[in-house]
Amino acid sequence: MATDLRTTPPAPAAPARARLDARIPSGPLGSKWEQRKFEMKLVNPANKRRYTIIVVGTGLAGGAAAASLAELGYQVINFCIQDSPRRAHSIAAQGGINAAKNYTNDGDSVERLFYDTIKGGDFRAREANVFRLAELSTAIIDQCTAQGVPFAREYGGTLANRSFGGALVSRTFYARGQTGQQLLLGAYQALLRQVAAGAVKLHPRHEMLELVVVDGRARGIVTRDLVSGAIRSWAADAVVLATGGYGNVFYLSTNARGSNATAIWRAHRKGAFFANPCYTQIHPTCIPRSGEYQSKLTLMSESLRNDGRVWVPKAKGDGRAPGDIPDADRDYYLERMYPTYGNLAPRDIASRAAKTVCDQGRGVGPGGLGVYLDFRDAFQRLGRRVLDERYGNLFEMYERITGEDPHDVPMRIYPAVHYTMGGLWVDYDLMSTIPGLFVGGEANFSDHGANRLGASALMQGLADGYFILPYTIGDYLARGGLAKLDTGHAAFRDAEAEVLARSRRLLEIGGTKPVEHFHRELGSLVWNDCGMARSRESLTRALAELPKLEERFWRDLKVTGTGEELNQELERAGRVADYYELATLMCQDALVREESCGGHFRVEHQTEDGEAKRDDARFTHVAAWEWRGHGPGAERPIRHEEPLVFETVPLQQRSYK
Amino acid sequence: MRLVLEIWRQKGPEASGAFVRYEVPDASEHMSFLEMLDVLNARLVERGEDPVAFDSDCREGICGTCGFLVNGEAHGPLPNATICQTHMRHFKDGDVLRLEPWRAQAFPVRKDLIVDRGALDRIIAAGGYVSVRTGSAPEANAILVPKPAADRAMESAACIGCGACVAVCPNASAALFTGAKISHLGLLPQGQPERPLRVLAMNAQAVEEGFGHCTSIGECAAACPAGIQLEVIGRMNRDFFTAALSRRDELEPVAVLPKAAAMRAYVAEPKKGET
Repeated sequence: MATDLRTTPPAPAAPARARLDARIPSGPLGSKWEQRKFEMKLVNPANKRRYTIIVVGTGLAGGAAAASLAELGYQVINFCIQDSPRRAHSIAAQGGINAAKNYTNDGDSVERLFYDTIKGGDFRAREANVFRLAELSTAIIDQCTAQGVPFAREYGGTLANRSFGGALVSRTFYARGQTGQQLLLGAYQALLRQVAAGAVKLHPRHEMLELVVVDGRARGIVTRDLVSGAIRSWAADAVVLATGGYGNVFYLSTNARGSNATAIWRAHRKGAFFANPCYTQIHPTCIPRSGEYQSKLTLMSESLRNDGRVWVPKAKGDGRAPGDIPDADRDYYLERMYPTYGNLAPRDIASRAAKTVCDQGRGVGPGGLGVYLDFRDAFQRLGRRVLDERYGNLFEMYERITGEDPHDVPMRIYPAVHYTMGGLWVDYDLMSTIPGLFVGGEANFSDHGANRLGASALMQGLADGYFILPYTIGDYLARGGLAKLDTGHAAFRDAEAEVLARSRRLLEIGGTKPVEHFHRELGSLVWNDCGMARSRESLTRALAELPKLEERFWRDLKVTGTGEELNQELERAGRVADYYELATLMCQDALVREESCGGHFRVEHQTEDGEAKRDDARFTHVAAWEWRGHGPGAERPIRHEEPLVFETVPLQQRSYK
Repeated sequence: MRLVLEIWRQKGPEASGAFVRYEVPDASEHMSFLEMLDVLNARLVERGEDPVAFDSDCREGICGTCGFLVNGEAHGPLPNATICQTHMRHFKDGDVLRLEPWRAQAFPVRKDLIVDRGALDRIIAAGGYVSVRTGSAPEANAILVPKPAADRAMESAACIGCGACVAVCPNASAALFTGAKISHLGLLPQGQPERPLRVLAMNAQAVEEGFGHCTSIGECAAACPAGIQLEVIGRMNRDFFTAALSRRDELEPVAVLPKAAAMRAYVAEPKKGET
């Protein structure tokens, strides 16, 4: 594939090196992955144990990769910030996992899953990657089932399916509303089997704070032991980052409190390009916030939209209780605006529609920031038992948080930040622009384009971890050229010194306010100016404000305690410090992308009826940003472009009407 | 609402700890319990005091990271809920709440309300899995699972690994945790080949970690935020006796049965030449 480098203002010209070669195999789409696997060099089985691979993260991508690499015979060192690998944030995914099994005989196929994902991503993903993802989807279900993942079943003993947003076929496999938990436990158990066998050395409560690059290749990391505070170097032949997304830059998101961008940001600063940072997903079905002290937002699985109907009152300021509002006075706006997909419209569309009706003053609940998700009709049609079987734990979760029972009153929902499609740029082999640095799962940008479809994150994480990284890393190692190296190398000493200096700097500010204060302030700015709707004006304002916020952080932050102990304030401070830099890049990316696509909605670029309007002539490409420094006087980052070529699916405006 | 908190403070693993009294004069009933602690911590930091260390991550009850005792109850007073899902509307103005970490020999305190639960991972590592290599799985629908078995397996698999069951058990037994995994895999056809070995190995590891034995008190199931039922311990015991006795037929006599060392003899593969 052609990979000519072009740049777009305001960035200066890119260096002449061809650094954005996606290395997509030649041949027809359907045989590219087979072709690639055939071209791969293999490591002699007896030599595999001579190679050490670091895997950072133990979620679906990291846990699956670590277990699978160890099964192949490599020495794996695996890190996570949680106290156990089983607590990685993949565990919180509720709804399900897509696979083109066509068990329901409704016309699904690999091609259709591929097509839906490309279209759902608003034509901003690579065809070759997405096709491979759809191809691998079926093997994932086989693997997880064999591990004992208790997927929902039909009475005949076969696997059950349900439908999900953005699809007209029923291809989602699920385990109650806890699919992520069960898939993660499957990967975790496979991982611990390798830990017991001595093939994986596991280090929980360790945070990666620096990537070590030697002779242009990723050769190790520096970690902080979150219990003792000890800083330590680890050398390897390849490094995998599977550290999740960066949604917590918004402060309030559905991400776990500990989810953070530090690992990928440190890698970015060491030369890994960051792709499409402005592509963030706002999930339509979250529980609205209840007050200033709110620490995170809770997602209600999108699967609820299968049976729940979304509505607001037709009239502004209708103060009646929902049960007292007759159908004639209700606006089932998704069904009205998108008759074909109705309540199953994709996430970005459903979120923006909710914002639109709330902006019209028709929102419900505190502050008018909510819409109803109503199960009245489904209860009448299917009965309480059937619905409780499908959504019982979600109903309970809702009641626990809000004190309201969805059996009696409709749920209130509002969009919240949920997923980041952007991430470190990777080629077809999931390798970043730093040779030897591989990136899997939400941490990379690979497969979802500008918008991810429901039940596709689990699919991608496991495809990366079980079935792609174990092959492509082997190929990288087999091609040789790796010098012998240990942590005595000067690069490790330098990286450790950087980590210590940074930690000292945070501890020595001696200001007055806790890190929470600054994170909240930053999150609110990014949500308002680079959230569900962005404009030149809002982004310019954010870019002017961000340095001021960041300056206050470095002047007035107060971190108690020392670096040589368990210190949660210090951990958070380091992560928030990185968010200022990342937020700046998100706004820069959103500003240059003068179009609307998927989760990136620029108010200047919309159709007459308010739909996202792409500019395919100018923006059918991946934007990959190169770090050039940060702060006053620093160079601007360089924006590289990887053109996207659509050979199989013709570019078209997405329509869910 | 005004709350008085008596919180266990302990600088580090080796330090001795003590309860320290704090007041939160202005909690809102809509806050979650952990958000109330966030508010306390922000004020402690502003005053230059060390904030209270506690674990939490997803804050929606699924990751199993959070957990401590509130007035002696694991995860506080709300049944089937983690402390992160417990909102202040379940407490009264003027309540005095005593917060302390899980107490068990196998869960050493790291700092304040944070303990080390690595022992639970090691129990899983001893046998809580199906040994299937990536890539070697048969077509998923080639394995038929009766719906009731799949549903029961899911109930057991819902364990979040928080450790509340251990914390409330007078014996600090991990039987509910271990039994949940043994039930999950034992109810499915995929779990059958390793079923005898699994139950022996996981129980041997639990003994080695210093967890106590189950004496059928039932506090664990009452405290479990994931609703794991006591019956999983029954299933585990049944599997254990079946496996132990059938293994015993194949091995040389062992004088004392349940000690970890003797247990390992049962777990080890039979020597060459033995059936």
